[in-house]
Amino acid sequence: MIHIFNVIKPGLLTTVQDLGRKGYQKYGLSVSGAVDYYAHRIANILVGNQDNAATLEVTMIGPTLKVLETRKIAITGADLTPYVNNSPVPLWRSFTVSEGDILSFQGYRSGCRAYIAVAGGLDVEETLGSKSTDLISEIGGHHGRRLIKGDTITANAVHTNKICLSRRLSTELIPTYTKHVRVRIILGPQDDAFTAKGIETFLSSEYTVTKDSNRMGCRLEGPTIEHKNGADILSEGMFMGAIQVPQNGQPILFLSGRPSVGGYTKIGGVITVDLPKVAQLKPNDRVSIEKVTLDEAHELLYKQENIFKLLQASIGEGGGL
Amino acid sequence: MHYTVKTAGDQSIIIYFGEQISKQTSQTVQKLSNIIESSGIIGVEEVILGYTTILIHYAPTRISFHTLINTIKAIIMDVDLAKTDERNTIEIPVLYGEELGPDLANVARLNNLSEQEVIKLHTEPDYTVYFLGFSPGFPFLGGLDERIATPRLENPRKKVQAGSVGIANHQTGIYPVTSPGGWQIIGHTPIPLFNPSDDNPFLLSPGDIITFKPITKIEYDEIINSQI
Repeated sequence: MIHIFNVIKPGLLTTVQDLGRKGYQKYGLSVSGAVDYYAHRIANILVGNQDNAATLEVTMIGPTLKVLETRKIAITGADLTPYVNNSPVPLWRSFTVSEGDILSFQGYRSGCRAYIAVAGGLDVEETLGSKSTDLISEIGGHHGRRLIKGDTITANAVHTNKICLSRRLSTELIPTYTKHVRVRIILGPQDDAFTAKGIETFLSSEYTVTKDSNRMGCRLEGPTIEHKNGADILSEGMFMGAIQVPQNGQPILFLSGRPSVGGYTKIGGVITVDLPKVAQLKPNDRVSIEKVTLDEAHELLYKQENIFKLLQASIGEGGGL
Repeated sequence: MHYTVKTAGDQSIIIYFGEQISKQTSQTVQKLSNIIESSGIIGVEEVILGYTTILIHYAPTRISFHTLINTIKAIIMDVDLAKTDERNTIEIPVLYGEELGPDLANVARLNNLSEQEVIKLHTEPDYTVYFLGFSPGFPFLGGLDERIATPRLENPRKKVQAGSVGIANHQTGIYPVTSPGGWQIIGHTPIPLFNPSDDNPFLLSPGDIITFKPITKIEYDEIINSQI
């Protein structure tokens, strides 16, 4: 256990996250984990970690951290203008910070959530198989809560030979975050609870992200999606990217802080490869929907997993990715 | 057995066993969930139970949708629903009324009963844990006596203490963690339902039978003190 950061300013919402707490949803526990799995996994790969190592998830306004030990780090996801001391540092690329350096974020540019990975991974106690912070149950991460001023963050030890290698992600794998996003979805499981007009409205309209959005869900506002006979269903299991439409006809995209069950109709689900786009949506961004088939969604997912495999395999060879 | 399967995004499916809440459907859901989980199907990550549903999370990179569907169909075809599983019975001690059960009088008044009658009707039945959800360890229970069914509060509370026992319409339940809520709170249990540092963090599992037992303030304090 090595002290790696001292929190000078915590930022808007900074939490420790990994890929989630799996296997306890049937007991009502939220899965938690990084909202943007892509940025989280890439950050880890860039510093030579397993992709489920714990990172810091940073929201909109970044923290100011004092570096307590020289270490390789990488920052991915939202561009919040990261600086080390008085110089800007790149995103999607690993670099070394030295003891005494100040890592800060100088202002919002694009996206919503950034991830800070450190070589070796953050070292917090595992709770029920995961290091993720669950803000509702107040478990996991750093004492089950968001970071506050004065916290000391710990990391696992690393082999010194890994420290100096710098890696960057090829440009074509770096996502760009725009204010208008096209999100691909699969209809169901309750698409039959909506009128044909309701489905048509959903697929052809533009929706705006509201300011009540958080780790639990991204709330959208726009033309009302019409139900046949109401929005209530018997409570059933929820899933990442579920698009719930309650009685008011306004969709909510469920993210990693979601509850395990829900009692409202779900018109569809965001396909996995588009979840990182949803994770980076911020208030006033606009969303339009495109319907795809399950086979298309899986083809895209297989392609992405192959890229992750290639990236993982190149760990230890050094140089660029 | 009649069931339908629907896709829920590209990494889960939901199996529907009708749309009626019943003890029998709940047993089917529990039995099949246990089998699906314990079969160790590669690529099946977890299951979530509902009143009449099983959601299955899977990794499409490890199991194809068609293999998953065929495997699940085979399991459902093979299952012997006549054979019932062993069930745990758990007694939940409850201090009814007073400060920790502020809505007991309300529930009595709205149902034209005395507070003692509400307690009696609440403690008589065996309740089945249909499934857990909403918050960690929160049980959705079947078996509430209709005579004490009471609508939710018009103004939900911002904070309901962990351990609060409540009624909402035809359901009764226990808040495992302190959270906002609109249920009529009739009492409080000193027994924790969720303890993340314990080897068995959840007191209840789907399929368990629970009973409520009224306790006095002295007994309540004794249980609290014994936990320290």
